[in-house]
Formats: sequence, structure tokens, C-alpha cells
Amino acid sequence: MTSHPFIDVNSMRLITVAGPPSSGKTSVILKTIAALGLSEGSVGVVKFDSLTSFDYQRYNEQKIPNHTAFAGKICPDHHFVTNVEGAVKWGIRKGFSILVTESAGLCNRCSPHVNGILSICVIDNLSGINTPRKIGPMLKHADIIVVTKGDIVSQAEREVFAFNIREVNASATVLFVNGITGQGAFMLARYWQDATDIQTLRDRKLRFTMPAAICSYCTGQTLIGENYQMGMLKRVEFDDA
Amino acid sequence: MKALDYVAEVSTVPIGDILIKYPLAVDYLANMRLDRIDESKTLPEILENVDEDILEEFGFDREKVILHFCEFLEAFSQKPDFIETISSITILGGRDKAGNHEMIELTITPGEVVSIVGPTGSGKSRLLEDIECLAQRDTPTERQILINGSVPDFNKRFSTGGKLVAQLSQNMNFVMDLSVQEFLEMHAKSRMISEPSMVVEKCFEVANSLAGEKFTLDTKVTQLSGGQSRSLMIADTALLSSSPIILIDELENAGVDRREAVKILVGNEKIVLMSTHDPLLALRADKRIVIKNGGVAKVIETTEEEELTLRKIEAIDSVLLDIRNQLRGGGFVAKESIPEFQEK
Repeated sequence: MTSHPFIDVNSMRLITVAGPPSSGKTSVILKTIAALGLSEGSVGVVKFDSLTSFDYQRYNEQKIPNHTAFAGKICPDHHFVTNVEGAVKWGIRKGFSILVTESAGLCNRCSPHVNGILSICVIDNLSGINTPRKIGPMLKHADIIVVTKGDIVSQAEREVFAFNIREVNASATVLFVNGITGQGAFMLARYWQDATDIQTLRDRKLRFTMPAAICSYCTGQTLIGENYQMGMLKRVEFDDA
Repeated sequence: MKALDYVAEVSTVPIGDILIKYPLAVDYLANMRLDRIDESKTLPEILENVDEDILEEFGFDREKVILHFCEFLEAFSQKPDFIETISSITILGGRDKAGNHEMIELTITPGEVVSIVGPTGSGKSRLLEDIECLAQRDTPTERQILINGSVPDFNKRFSTGGKLVAQLSQNMNFVMDLSVQEFLEMHAKSRMISEPSMVVEKCFEVANSLAGEKFTLDTKVTQLSGGQSRSLMIADTALLSSSPIILIDELENAGVDRREAVKILVGNEKIVLMSTHDPLLALRADKRIVIKNGGVAKVIETTEEEELTLRKIEAIDSVLLDIRNQLRGGGFVAKESIPEFQEK
């Protein structure tokens, strides 16, 4: 393995990538890794998903070391935060210079973004004009918002979409990346190069709270009805007027 | 004004007046689910009556909402056109796929049209891409792009956020479920144009003048034909897009007046680069870049003789257009309507 003499082998840059399903996260990550032009095996990916994932095949094809972690019956957000420190340790053991976490299956209530860690949110132009307003913390607390599938919508829609993003997160950088041709990935790669070098994630803080949980349904209840509901609950008052 | 300067205003002025002064603030409140409010009260007064749990869902407390709102007002009160005027872009040659040096230094100014020609896969799109990311000998082609004759500084290169370059291509579609009027108004709003009705009307007129078949302001954009869509995109890019550079990837589509389209784009002081296989467009450009094996093989200035050739091609083109219209009108195409060409 070749390593730069000035780079601490016990540290690595971490990048968190989140976004709705099928928004193009994996394609963006693959194209950005290609644009980085680092030696094989120096960028790794941990994919956090809920039940199934096929992205490992695409990473394997490109010879990118990767690991998939399934949340299964655990809330995907809680599962992410419980395991991201382990992912960092794995990445450092592997000698990566950059580790990317890709999280899918998070609900729009949540975000995997951590203070001081470069945070990316991927959304696509086809997902509807109000989507940026609906996604929540995953977008609102991101440093960079990557917009994909811009090659198939009009310039005006790209501009309006970017505007709606800015209304929700005025301080983020908005980048357009084409997941098929890689156009724009070069710019994203430049940001990745400048990400913070870390040795551990311990004691760092999430940018946004995880969902409050522990109700009876968290612990496996499946029956519907007030009698079966316990713990943290929020009841809607339906208006009769 | 900085965000903190807005705090005093927001704390003392009723929200109704704030909304009149900063119309976009409506969106902010809606995004925070603060939509049914007493407009005679100030934001801090309104927040007093909002359940803290709701604010917490957004990751805020009352004080943070006010600060965040002020940041929003600051961000959207900046002058919309922070991209400085571009008086020229310069392409400095890199290398082709075989590693040979490209011998070019080409400067393009607003109002100029440059076409890019070459076989499919030769690297036309790559050149457009180098321009879009303002390559600094750091892309695979090692080209360098200068703005106004000098190297753009790093921050500018990365902060323009895709606003430098507008793109138009054959594959683009409208996906929003809006009428033409709503669509144009929405775009004008995002450009923070205060009197959108005039520019919307103008855009609509221009689009209709380019389209073979006319459409109305209340036609849904998703129901426009290919030619109508392309026409609306061209008019909108020329008149409503902030980007000073326009990259066009193919424009040969029936139902669009391509000659007029190019004229409108150039007339609005844009720098136009178009990759094309269409002789009519290639020759209409002031210069054409010939791409071979990933590199610029040469730059040809359109000669006077070629301009005469162009007129012939335009004549042929209008004959074809006539025939198309006759056929569409249910007519019979007489052999005499086609000029005699020498048979090979």
C-alpha cells in the first residue's frame, strides 16, 4: 500500500452521504471516487440500509472496499448512530484515506450528519418541486446538497429546484452531479479532499436529534388500538368542525 | 445588513408587515408549519403561543427560530446577480486521448456563437464539461479556462454553484405539473424579479414565435410537444436564466425555428457554445471547434464562402419545412414543389 509520508495512517477523512431512496447516492459516490483519482483501496464505503441492498455489487465491480450494515428491526437512524463509530474504526484499520458512509432507509425526520464532518445530501430533480422543503434535517443540516438527474429536466426547473433548496438551507453549497456521466463529480471531489481528518468520532455530536422512541411498537407490538399503546406517543386530534 | 441587524426589525415589526417587505418569508413560515398566524403580532409574540415540542421537531427553540429566520432574510436580501459580468471566456488547450498537445487558445465573448463538431464520442461533451467546471489543468483533458482573461479564484469557481452555465439538451423535459404561466412565474420568483408579469409575457411571446405550433399560457408544460417544449426552454434560458454562458447539446428537433433560437440567445448577450451535427447550426456559428480523439483538432472561422453555402442550406431547409407543413395540413406534395437536385 502506498501512503503519503505526511499523512497520519491513524487518521482518515469521513464523509456522510444521505438521501432518499433511488436519488443516486451510489452513483454519485462512485463517480466522485473516480474523480478523486486515488490509488485502489484508499477509499472505502459503508452502506447503512434497512432490509436489502444491492449496491455492494456496484462497489465490488469498481474494486472499492465496502461493507453493508442492515438495520433490520432496529430504527435505521438509531442503527446508524450506534455503528458509525465502529465504521470509522474499521476504515482506519483498513488504512483508508477517505471513508464514505452511505445511508438509505432513514426517514425524512432524521439525518446522519455529525458536527465537523463533511455532510452531503443527495436529492434528484425528478422528485418534485417541493421535495427540498419536505426532506427535513437530512437536507437542512447538510454542508453540500448534490442534485442529480439534472440532465433530463429543463434549466428552469434546475434553477427553481436549487432555489427551493436555498430556501431551506441557505448556507449549503448546491452542486449538480450527473450520476451517469460523472459531470460535476470533479467539484464534489474537491470538497471531499478538504474534509476534516479524524482519528475517532467519539464525543462528536449529531447535528440533529434522533427520533424519540420506545413505545410499544418499538418493542414488537403489532396490534392496533389504544390498549396496546404505551411509552412515547403522539396523538393527533382530528377536528370535527 | 447582517442577520443580527434583522433581529431588531423582526422583534418589533408585526409579521404582516415583514411579509409585505420580504414576500419570500411566507415560504419560511410554511416550511416551519407556521401558516395560520395572526399577522398583527410580531414573530416573537407568535412563537410564544407555539408549542415548544413543535419547534423542537425542527431542531429549534424560540430564540433559534428568530435567528434562523433572520439568516433567511439576509440570504434572500442579497443582490440576486452576484455573478460578475463576464466579458470573455478563454479556452487554453490541454491534451487529447493520445496525449498530444492541443494547439488552441480561443477567447469567446458575449454575443458570439461557437459550434463544436466531431464524431459521436470524440469528446464534445467533455469540452462543455471543462467549461462548466472552469477546469484549471485538473481535469483529464488538462485544459484551462480563463474568465475575463484571468484565472478565476478558487472560491468563485466553487461558489457560483452551477450558476455560470445554463444547459440545454435534446433529452431535457418538463416534469413539473404546472401551466406555462405558473411555470414562468415560478422561475421569475426564484430569480427574485419584482414585476414578473412583463418578463413572463415576453418569454411566452418569444417561445411561441419559435414554436411551429402555438400554445397558450394555460397549457400544462408537461403537455407541450417536443418542439413547443424546446421553444419554451430556449426563450426561458435566454430571458429568465441568470447564467451568462449557455451550453447547448444538440438542437435539431422538428418544430423549432433554430435560426431564430440562436438569434434570441445571442441577442441577450449570452456566450453560446453548441455541440451539433446539424450543418445549419454548425455554419451559423462564428467559429467552429473540431474535436477529434478527445482533443481540439482545429478551430475554423466561418468564411464568407461558407456563409453563402449556409444560405443554400437554409433554402433547402425551408423547402423541407414547407413540405412538412403541407403534409401536416393534409395536402398533396407536388413534385414541382421540390427544386431539382442533381442525382448522384
